Amino acid sequence: MTFFKELRFNFMKDLGGPALMSISRKGRKRRHRAPNPHFGPALKSATRLKEIMTRHYFLSRYTEGAKPVAWVTSGAPVELLRAFDFYTIYPENHGALCGAKKLGPELCAVAEEHGYHRDLCSYARIDLGHYFSGKSPAGRLPKPDLLFASNNICQTVVYWYRALAHYWDIPLILFDTPYNFEEINDSDVSYMVQQFEEMIPVLEQVSGQPFKYRNFQEVVRIARDTSLAWGEVLATMKARPAPMSIFDAFVHLAPIVSLRGLPVALEYYQTLLKELKERVDRGTGALKDERKRLMWDNIAIWYKVRDLADLFAEQGMNFVTATYTNAWTETIRYLDDQRPMESMARVYSLVILNNNLNHRLKLMERLINEFEVDGLVIHSARSCKPYSVGQYDMKRLLMERLGVLSVIIEADITDFRVYSEEQTRTRLEAFFEAIDA
Amino acid sequence: MDYFAGIDVGALSTDAVILTAGSEVAAYSIVETGANSTDAAEEALAGVLAEAEIVRSQIKRIVATGYGRVSVPFADKRVTEISCHALGAYHLFPDTGTVIDIGGQDSKVIQVGEGGKVLNFTMNDKCAAGTGRFLEVMANKLQVALDEMGELSLRAGREVPISSVCTVFAESEVVSLVAQNHPTEEIIRGLHRSIVNRVWNMVKAVGVNGGVAMTGGVAKNRGVVALMEEKLGQSVHLHEEPQVVGALGAALLAWRASQSAG
Ligand code: SF4
Repeated sequence: MTFFKELRFNFMKDLGGPALMSISRKGRKRRHRAPNPHFGPALKSATRLKEIMTRHYFLSRYTEGAKPVAWVTSGAPVELLRAFDFYTIYPENHGALCGAKKLGPELCAVAEEHGYHRDLCSYARIDLGHYFSGKSPAGRLPKPDLLFASNNICQTVVYWYRALAHYWDIPLILFDTPYNFEEINDSDVSYMVQQFEEMIPVLEQVSGQPFKYRNFQEVVRIARDTSLAWGEVLATMKARPAPMSIFDAFVHLAPIVSLRGLPVALEYYQTLLKELKERVDRGTGALKDERKRLMWDNIAIWYKVRDLADLFAEQGMNFVTATYTNAWTETIRYLDDQRPMESMARVYSLVILNNNLNHRLKLMERLINEFEVDGLVIHSARSCKPYSVGQYDMKRLLMERLGVLSVIIEADITDFRVYSEEQTRTRLEAFFEAIDA
Repeated sequence: MDYFAGIDVGALSTDAVILTAGSEVAAYSIVETGANSTDAAEEALAGVLAEAEIVRSQIKRIVATGYGRVSVPFADKRVTEISCHALGAYHLFPDTGTVIDIGGQDSKVIQVGEGGKVLNFTMNDKCAAGTGRFLEVMANKLQVALDEMGELSLRAGREVPISSVCTVFAESEVVSLVAQNHPTEEIIRGLHRSIVNRVWNMVKAVGVNGGVAMTGGVAKNRGVVALMEEKLGQSVHLHEEPQVVGALGAALLAWRASQSAG
């Protein structure tokens, strides 16, 4: 890390970046979209969110030589890295961004040309496509000094990050979490804690900084508080009408995923929470007329978020809860700064995708009851096998147990080559007809 | 007298049904959809009017369904084929709890409740396996008429298993089976088994409750129906023209709407 580069990074962070960003914002013509008459007033905090995320990607250009950079999987215990002041990039978050910008097929195709199979998760293909082509809607992602992956979300990340480690010839830290078939016992926890201990010297070496336990505790505390705040944000949707929708939450999820453990994420959710509480008090809903309340299962269909939001809003149907958005408050809220390592081991091994299907079923039942859900939309995502497995059984069981009507739509998170508009429409319209019959 | 019409614009055929004000079927017609869904809808409607010996102005309300429902400009309302098949089958066979609809382009299994209400449903994914199109492609390859396949397969003493579910792969599999001199009937029976197995996954996902009705063009194929009944362990309800059940459901919805309107 050279002194000059560090200075430049800090300058861009505090002064240069915000100034440059505001100039480029002004220069850009805004595409105008007629407001949908079914929506309530937009969330004001969205502007702040955009600022935070743009700045995060913008600043990443100045990290080289100034800060150690790590690429991290969404389920990895990033708190440990934060204690070493790593600048973190989340390829999955970047993949979602590419998906929303409808760049999925293009970047996936680049990876496919290099021999990666179409059945591979499209986040992985987008990321590898970015590696080969350098293309990104965020300008440019900084080259990592370290890769950090955990198989608590899937096995795909293991091979994907190994490929990256091979191409760049940089260290890869893999956090292996035992799958929770029935329970996570003490020996599982000590197995995971030992891994953390082994990571520390590597992190010290790559970052050039010694491990400071107190810093680590502080990060863990902030991460826990942020997860709790995110939980409160989601819980505001229990109100009728819900002050936001899950389609909003898909977007407002970015800080808890990729800036977790940093004060900026916590501050953001406090602001957002305040706004949402005011909306609840005033009775302001995400929809002007919330007739039905729905639950979403699985990751978003990033290239369709806007269209689906419009389509459901026209029907007076609002998504008020989702297993996906819930994932960042379900376990991380139990982090404990007095036992940071052990608690980290537990919360990260108990995440939804590393947990048995019975757990998921119970979770869905609880969310359906707590949020007073009338219907369920299940996205069967071609990319994400661990999330999509068992959905047909879950659909049937939820129907039997709670009488909740549901529909499965077959799509993908970013690769819209496997999405069929006509078939999806028919399924959703049949769902609308059935829920209103 | 007032009449009500339902039009189902499917991938292969377009069907129209006319009901009397007492919800009795007055007439039905079936035409090929061809390249233009709007023309097919017009043609089916003209056909069914002639059959019922009434004129257009006597029809009080029209509901369109099927994948081409958006291209029926004269429809008063558009409803998905899922709701229509459920209602149509329930109307014909009131003990129906499950509808298995195998159409030209897609297949679906619907769980039906009180009054023909849809409780649950599932559809095939974006693929021709397990649909009428699959059989059409194979009939072509085997140079037999589509509507002869059922009879032929019932004559088969044995069955040649087809391992590919993919239409394209199954097609080349059939070519090599023909080259190995397997009797056509046995191959056809294997193809029917393949469709039934494919649809069976959907049946399992939705579950079987009460009577089972089969609808859609493929339900005309006695071979497929026999294998499905074998798997279900019960016989299925069939209309003499199982294709028209969707249009019947649409016509019933048209009739119902006029009832509730006044
Ligand atoms: S397979 Fe699923 S969990 Fe794994 S990276 Fe892809 S989307 Fe994420």
